[in-house]
Amino acid sequence: MTADQTEDAAPPILRLAGVTKTFGPIRAVDAVDLDIRDGEFFTIVGPSGSGKTTLLRMLAGLEKPSAGDILLRGERVNEVPANRRPTAMVFQSLALFQHKTVGQNIEFALKMRGIAQATRRARAHDLMTMLRLPHDYYSRPVTRISGGERQRVALARALASDPAILFFDEPLSAIDYRLRKQLEVELKDLHRETGKTFVYITHSLEEAMVMSDRIGIMRQGRLIQIGTPDEIYTRPLNKFVSEFMGEVNVLEVEQGGDGALHAREVARALKGPKLPDGATRGHLVIRPEALRFLGSGETADNVLEGELYNEYALGSRVQYHVKIGARMFVVERLREQRAAAAPGTTVTVGWNAADSIIVPD
Amino acid sequence: MIARLLIRPAFAWLRQPGLHAAVPILILLAIGFIGPLVLVAIFSFMPPRSFTLDGAPTIENYQTVVEQSFYLSLLRSFAFAAGTVVVLALVCYPVALGLAKLFGRYAGLLTLILVLPLFVSENVRLFGWVLFLLKGGGVLAGAAKAVFGLELADMLYSNTATLMGLCYVYLPFMLFPMVLGLSMVQRDVVEAASDLGASRWQIMREIELPLAMPGLVIGGLLTFVLSLGALTESKVLGGSKVIMIAADIESAFTFGQNWPLGSALSMLLLVLAGGLVLLVLRKLDLDAILKRR
Repeated sequence: MTADQTEDAAPPILRLAGVTKTFGPIRAVDAVDLDIRDGEFFTIVGPSGSGKTTLLRMLAGLEKPSAGDILLRGERVNEVPANRRPTAMVFQSLALFQHKTVGQNIEFALKMRGIAQATRRARAHDLMTMLRLPHDYYSRPVTRISGGERQRVALARALASDPAILFFDEPLSAIDYRLRKQLEVELKDLHRETGKTFVYITHSLEEAMVMSDRIGIMRQGRLIQIGTPDEIYTRPLNKFVSEFMGEVNVLEVEQGGDGALHAREVARALKGPKLPDGATRGHLVIRPEALRFLGSGETADNVLEGELYNEYALGSRVQYHVKIGARMFVVERLREQRAAAAPGTTVTVGWNAADSIIVPD
Repeated sequence: MIARLLIRPAFAWLRQPGLHAAVPILILLAIGFIGPLVLVAIFSFMPPRSFTLDGAPTIENYQTVVEQSFYLSLLRSFAFAAGTVVVLALVCYPVALGLAKLFGRYAGLLTLILVLPLFVSENVRLFGWVLFLLKGGGVLAGAAKAVFGLELADMLYSNTATLMGLCYVYLPFMLFPMVLGLSMVQRDVVEAASDLGASRWQIMREIELPLAMPGLVIGGLLTFVLSLGALTESKVLGGSKVIMIAADIESAFTFGQNWPLGSALSMLLLVLAGGLVLLVLRKLDLDAILKRR
């Protein structure tokens, strides 16, 4: 992550230096250092209670850091309240003004700045066009539009004052799957269209992968890994990050003198990447899609036999649970490559050493 | 067949089980609530100083109200009621905001302290104020003289003392609906307004007041109607200087032995206050405001 900061010549739009927030004895956010580049889509991912919301609230000015500095375009903004920061936030609950119309909601920031009615109205209509909201919604109460439309109104409201940075506090978490997928794409497109800096928070790494330029993984108040979606996916820093991505097979392994890896649950010695120098233990991570079923004559670096426990169709892919020894392995194949075997039969599963990674705890 | 179809909708409501179940309470309300009101209404059109309902109807009592300047005390009562609402709104808003949003676990304790005096009879509390404000020997004047050497002007038996008494007695009726109203304002909505550039005042005007309006209106109406009919406050703290409409009504029925005049005054008060309440409620459409949440 320090490499990131030196690589980039342009000064960051937002710099966090040792930002800490304590609530009594709890360190909700613990010495976070982070540079967010101008125009990037940065997502902070973490489980609930990891401090990501507190961090975002400090960035938006709704909370003051207990220690450390927040620099917006090089200027310290620790003490600047939310209403005087050139940033806008989309809340988890959306926090729309229920007593106002769609138009009044969108225009709110402009009204607060004393901008004339006609200008406000024109801007609201531009935003409604951009976010594909029907123009006759302008004078409709926000209570009388659908969930997806409310999302768009919240977005338009945040965009109205042309903020430098847009913050998102899990705005899609309470939305059903289909609409969420659609809005993820729309958000990424909106990011492209506006060219603004987006800072997004979610507990779903999958959601972060879809949209982000860079991702920061947060755990217990600390940013433990920062990288592009690709880096996070292929080189997770530790077991926590690798498991956060979704279902993966993680085996606790020890390296023997011959370089082979030994896992307690698996009888055979395994081939895999070398453990870091000096380490004797680690976690072998094998992604479900790296595992495949071997027919007769086919081979791989690691070959194990087990019982096909069950299969689950995921649309374009099929997931299998395969019981090998005491351990349930997750295998995921494309539909065209689905296993010929029925649940209950014995199957051979294999993967290559290069498709697995070793991570520390 | 056709006749039955035509008749049925008109009388269908008579056969509703809900109506049948409500019959006992309807009878009780008719005898105990509507009955006396009708009696008062009829009495207000009876000849002055009559005690029966069989006199020839007349509007003489209403003429008396205007001629003998009873309308002045009616106006005074309205002014006091309006004043009480204004003062209480200003006093209660910060307290309600604190109770609803800021005090956290101390809110319960403060509520208890505010409610505790209600366990003591209103008259006793008002006489307590008399002792406090009494000229010369009162707690306030005495303390001012002893500690600061100040001679305080007479405060008891004045409009100010009466207004203060009204505000003191009806404070909870404004405060608690207001607290309820303000607790309906979600924290993130206020934060969103602030994030969008609203100052504290703008947040109050644009977000808090409109969203808390149901509570504010209910509190305002309660205090207005209660202080409009208030009697003890003016008698105890206003003395003979401050005559409110309720005092006029009382004396018409008692000393004056003029039931029709008392009835006419009551009817005027009822119609004016009722009309005002209906007007406010219609304009604000409480149901719609409450349902929107």
